[in-house]
Amino acid sequence: VLRMAGYELLSDQGLRLDGRKPDELRQIKTRLGVFGQADGSAYIEQGNTKVLAAVYGPHDMRESRLRPNAEKVVVNCQYSMAVFSTGERKRRPRGDKKSLEMSQHLKQTFEATIKTELYPRSQIDIFVEVLQADGGNYCACVNAATLALVDAGIPLKDYVTACTASLMLGTPLVDISNLEATTGGPELTLAAHPRSGQIVLMEMSHRFHIDHLPEVLDVALEGCKNIYTILDKAVRRHVSNRGASIGWDKE
Amino acid sequence: LYASVAGVVDRVNKLISVLPLKTRYNGEIGDVVVGRIVEVQQKRWRVDTNSRLDSILALASVNLPGGELRRRGAEDELSMRKYLVEGDLISAEVQNIYHDGSLSLHTRSLKYGKLGQGCLIKVSPSLIKRRKTHFHQLACGASVILGNNGFIWISPIRGEDAEGGFTQNLEVVPEAEREAIARLRNVILC
Repeated sequence: VLRMAGYELLSDQGLRLDGRKPDELRQIKTRLGVFGQADGSAYIEQGNTKVLAAVYGPHDMRESRLRPNAEKVVVNCQYSMAVFSTGERKRRPRGDKKSLEMSQHLKQTFEATIKTELYPRSQIDIFVEVLQADGGNYCACVNAATLALVDAGIPLKDYVTACTASLMLGTPLVDISNLEATTGGPELTLAAHPRSGQIVLMEMSHRFHIDHLPEVLDVALEGCKNIYTILDKAVRRHVSNRGASIGWDKE
Repeated sequence: LYASVAGVVDRVNKLISVLPLKTRYNGEIGDVVVGRIVEVQQKRWRVDTNSRLDSILALASVNLPGGELRRRGAEDELSMRKYLVEGDLISAEVQNIYHDGSLSLHTRSLKYGKLGQGCLIKVSPSLIKRRKTHFHQLACGASVILGNNGFIWISPIRGEDAEGGFTQNLEVVPEAEREAIARLRNVILC
C-alpha cells in the first residue's frame, strides 16, 4: 500500500516523505568519548534514530574460565532499547527474543571485524542502548559500536558500517525510516567493510524477486561507503582535538 | 598502508606504529603499578591493573611481615588472607611478563606494599609518561604514586614503614591534609 491517508512514500517528483531523494542518507551526527568510565563510547544520530554505545575491554574473563577458545577474544554484546524509544512504551527493555537476536547479530558482526587474535583469553563487552528508534536500529547500533571501538583503541580490520535499503515502485531507496519500513516494501539490512566491500551481515525482512537484488545491494553498499566517509571524518576530528589538548603534536 | 586504530603516528627509523588515544595498560618490566586484589588463589593473588589480563602477585614475591627471609611454607599459604584480601590496594613493580601477556608483580622493596588511607584516581594509561621515579612527595602536603597503569594514588605524607608494607596506618587524617588531597584530585581530573 503505497498511498495512504493522503501522503505517499515516493512522490511524483521522486521525493520521499521527509523530503529526501531515493539515494540520500539521513543526517548523521556523532559524538565520541561521551562516557568517562567506559573504555570507549560513542553516540550517533541517524535522522531520528538515536543510539548510545559503550565498550568495556579488553579485560580478563572473571566469571568463567571454562571458555575453551584460548586464541581469540570473546566478544559479548548486549542490545537494549530504552522504554521510551518506540511509539508505545516498551515493557521489557532487554531480554526479549528480538533483543537477543539483535545481540547475536551484533556479536557476529564484531567478531568478524575486531582483530580477535590479538587478545586471547580476554573479553570485550559492547553495550548498545537505543534511545529513539525510527528505523535502521541495527544499522545505527553497528555504526555507534564501531565508533565506540575506535574510541577504546581496539584494533579493527576495517570500519564496519551498516545501511538499510528498500525497493519502491522499481526505485531503490537507501536508509529507510520506520514508517517506510512498516508501510513500504521489503527492507534489506547490510553490514559491510566499506574499504574492501566485503559483506559482514545481510538480512531481509520480506522476499522480493532475485532480479532486483543486485541493484538494491549496490545501493546499500553505496550507503555503507558514504556512512564510512562520514564516520571517518568524525574520528579524525575527534582524535586531532583530543590529541591537541593533550599536546601530542608538540612531542 | 592502513592502521587498525585511530591515534598518533610514531615513527622510529623504519618502524611506523600508531599509538591510540586510549588503551588498556600494556606492562613493561620495571613499571610501578597500583592495583586492586581481585582474588586470593593457592600461592598467589590476582590483581586488577587495568590491563587486558589480570596480573599475578606470587606469594614468593612479597615481603613477609617483620622482614624475615625464609621459605614460604604451608602456614604462609593458609595465612595469605591475613596479608592481602580481595579489595585491598597495593603498589608493586612489574617483575616479569608471562608468555600470554599477563604481568608478574613483586613488592620486594619497602616502598611497595599495601596502601593505607588515601584517594585513588583512574586515568588513561597513555597519559602517564615513563620517568625515573613514580613516588613523589609534594610540597602541598601529600604524597603521590603515579602508577604506569593509569591508577594514581594520593595519600597523606607518612614516615618510612619498616614493617615491610603490610600494616595500614589507620589514624584519623587531619582536615588540612584531606583538603590537600581533594585539591590534587580535582586538579588531576580536570
